[in-house]
Amino acid sequence: MSTATTPEAPPTTSTAVEKKGGFTAAAANYIDERTSVSTMVKELGRKIFPDHWSFLLGEVALYSFVVILISGSFLTFFFQAAMTPVIYDGSYVPLKGIEMSTAMASTLDISFDIRGGLLMRQVHHWAALLFVASIGLHMMRIFFTGAFRKPRELNWVIGFVLFILAMAEGFTGYSLPDDLLSGNGLRIIDGMVKGIPIVGTWISFLLFGGEFPGEVIVGRLYTLHILLLPAIIVALIALHLLFLVVHKHTQYPGPGRTNMNAVGQPVLPVYAAKAGGFFFIVFGIIMLIASFFTINPIWNYGPYDPSPVSAGTQPDWYIGFADGALRLIPPGLEFVWLDRTWSFNILIPLAALGLFIVLAMIYPFIEAWVTGDKREHHVLDRPRNVPTRTAIGAAGVTFYAGLWAAASSDIIATHFKLTMEGVIHSLQFVVIVGPFIAYFVTKRVCLALQKKDRELVLHGFETGRIVKLPGGEFIEVHEPLTDYERWRLVSYTDYEPLMIRPNSQGRITVGQRLRAGFSRWFFEDRISPVTKTELEAAHGHHDTHHELDEKSAH
Amino acid sequence: MRENKKTAGASRRKTGRRHPLATVALIAIGLGVTGGAYAAVNTSTASAETQIAAQSTIEEGEKLFQANCATCHGMGAAGTDSGPSLIGVGAAAVDFQVGTGRMPMQMNGPQAEEKPVQFTDEQVKALANYVASLGPGPSIPEDHLTNGGGDASNGAELFRINCAMCHNVAGAGGALTEGKFAPALDTVTGVHIYEAMVTGPQNMPVFNDLNISPEDKRDIITYLQYVQDNRSPGGFELGSLGPVAEGLFIWIFGLGAIVALTVWITAKSN
Ligand code: HEC
Ligand code: HEC
Repeated sequence: MSTATTPEAPPTTSTAVEKKGGFTAAAANYIDERTSVSTMVKELGRKIFPDHWSFLLGEVALYSFVVILISGSFLTFFFQAAMTPVIYDGSYVPLKGIEMSTAMASTLDISFDIRGGLLMRQVHHWAALLFVASIGLHMMRIFFTGAFRKPRELNWVIGFVLFILAMAEGFTGYSLPDDLLSGNGLRIIDGMVKGIPIVGTWISFLLFGGEFPGEVIVGRLYTLHILLLPAIIVALIALHLLFLVVHKHTQYPGPGRTNMNAVGQPVLPVYAAKAGGFFFIVFGIIMLIASFFTINPIWNYGPYDPSPVSAGTQPDWYIGFADGALRLIPPGLEFVWLDRTWSFNILIPLAALGLFIVLAMIYPFIEAWVTGDKREHHVLDRPRNVPTRTAIGAAGVTFYAGLWAAASSDIIATHFKLTMEGVIHSLQFVVIVGPFIAYFVTKRVCLALQKKDRELVLHGFETGRIVKLPGGEFIEVHEPLTDYERWRLVSYTDYEPLMIRPNSQGRITVGQRLRAGFSRWFFEDRISPVTKTELEAAHGHHDTHHELDEKSAH
Repeated sequence: MRENKKTAGASRRKTGRRHPLATVALIAIGLGVTGGAYAAVNTSTASAETQIAAQSTIEEGEKLFQANCATCHGMGAAGTDSGPSLIGVGAAAVDFQVGTGRMPMQMNGPQAEEKPVQFTDEQVKALANYVASLGPGPSIPEDHLTNGGGDASNGAELFRINCAMCHNVAGAGGALTEGKFAPALDTVTGVHIYEAMVTGPQNMPVFNDLNISPEDKRDIITYLQYVQDNRSPGGFELGSLGPVAEGLFIWIFGLGAIVALTVWITAKSN
């Protein structure tokens, strides 16, 4: 399309170029003349990426995904997604002669009889854990710095969907070997599905092709795992990155950084080189971990059989929060009514988790509605400057962490020599009351930090130097901040609670009232940034100190 | 005392009859009076010798028992408020409890825990013999059942079905209610595994010979010893705790290392 815009070079000059640059130049030229890729490179190459370590977390996720794709392709060459029973006859002695599914037997073969197979399995699994973990950390960074605000709300939602898809990939993946541990996990999912009133049993039979465990589930999960989910993930990652390029990268507040610019390195050449190098660092770390640490030793677990359940059974970490919710729900919530069993011990956790996920996913829209903020934001918030959001985030993290910890309640009990009941009750407390405590504590801490910043801007650092004034008064000498330091501390926008205004009919709607209430709650405690006049006033005051200081020194 | 010894001897002969060689012995007895008489003289002298040895260890065991155990288990091991009666628990129970350091019990926690063993092997044997002399009970298993010469894959399957719900599939241990727990099995000896199965210490159920035959017990021991001797082919095991350990590891060490490196990379450019 855009070839029209690039003027065709006359043939004579093009041969001249060829002579000068040799083969690479000729090849580059050949490609460019046919794809006009240079416009794209020029455009992308000039993109600016601000430098901060926390901006690399998303890259970690991307790179671990690449590692997952590479190692996963290797595994597909050898894995057989079938549940036909076979008698194992491979190298692992304690399973010899045991009947198991083809899926389990082929996974054991990958582990023991295929060169490099165990390493690839471990690379794949460790990379998957790192993938979800880095997405989690990346999401926290985005949340606490307010990077999800306009115009990036949709990208937050895309990222969130990616997070959920990553969990789905993980779950379908670790269920494939058809070992005892993952079979127990599938059984729990089956139980949760069956807990849904009326349709649950039907859905379960549909999923498993009959009564659990059936003979089809591994094949179905395999299709999801290597075809459907990766395709959606790749498409969404592309969209996620496209949005990133379109929106420009956000940046932390600092001198010279505004909503109108982006300060940092252009993609080409330094940033791209660094990113490439960083890929190998991430790859290298995954390889190191995979070579030294066992993951998912299915040979210990043995083939799936519905009767045995091992002590300490839990899912991979990212599904842990769901398992934890099931462990924490108090007993006795199940009853029979209208000839059906109503399993509220399953429905309540399902509903709570669903609500939590939906709230987190649409949080950008909720916040925008409450604050009434319609401006674009390219400069990030320092978490302390938005105490309420930071406190909400801390509450969410506490809730999630409590549920996650509950998934290993038994292991906590044995390793810290506690009673199971004690651990469960404490975690119930953490999950229900903990978020409120986290909310208030975080908010107070943020406000205190803001106060400290204000002090710093107005009066400078304490130097610990005490001087005696001629009048006999003692004062401590304060060192004023440099302009650069000050900028970081004062350049943030301050909001005020929304005022209730009558609408065009002169009425105040319930929605308005609600919104104003939320807005008041969001902003009630705040410390406004230092204004120019305050600063000048304070500085006048400082200068006198300085003079006095000088005088007393002589 | 004599009676007890006789029943012990009888039970040994009984188990011997199940052995394939028992048929041979039976034929030998049927063959002639001379051979039979010779055999009778021979065994009676042998049992007389062991009886004398046993008698002296029983007495030694009784002394040790009065000094170390009677405060809780009562004189004559009849039981008190602070310890159950040991009549009929058998030599296996004593060998297990004392040989793993659980007894003499200290501190009333949720369950008697392993401690450094406080007696020599002979003293443990003496205590065991003494308690065995009080009433019939499971005896200390023979070597061929506990030396790990069985079928590991049969043992692994039996272990998954009978033991993994408390001890974890890899024998890493697990939690029970009210602070009790099933211990990790990574260091326990074959004899103690066998004894644990036949005596069912504390919250562990008894697996008698109808439940799991002696040969199956041998297979379970073979499997556990295989796991003890062969560390994971995949590298360090992180305590065999499964996904919890793996998740913590990736967050703390995996992501920790990566965050440290990101800080390093971005710091260099400034
Ligand atoms: C501090 C009190 C105390 C002392 C001392 C003590 N025991 Fe015990 N013992 C107990 C208690 C309590 C139990 C029951 C444990 C349980 O099942 O929870 C027990 C259980 C046992 C059992 C298992 C009984 C069974 O049913 O299998 C044996 C065997 C035993 N003790 C032997 C000994 C021997 C031998 C000694 C001396 C070396 C000893 N104990 C010293 C308190 C004690
Ligand atoms: C109901 C749960 C449960 C089951 C099932 C169970 N155990 Fe145990 N096991 C325990 C408990 C609890 C202890 C600790 C007893 C104590 O400390 O006295 C234990 C202790 C042991 C010990 C002693 C460990 C040591 O370090 O001294 C061995 C060996 C053992 N069990 C083996 C087995 C085997 C083999 C099986 C299956 C045949 C099995 N257990 C089944 C609960 C169980």
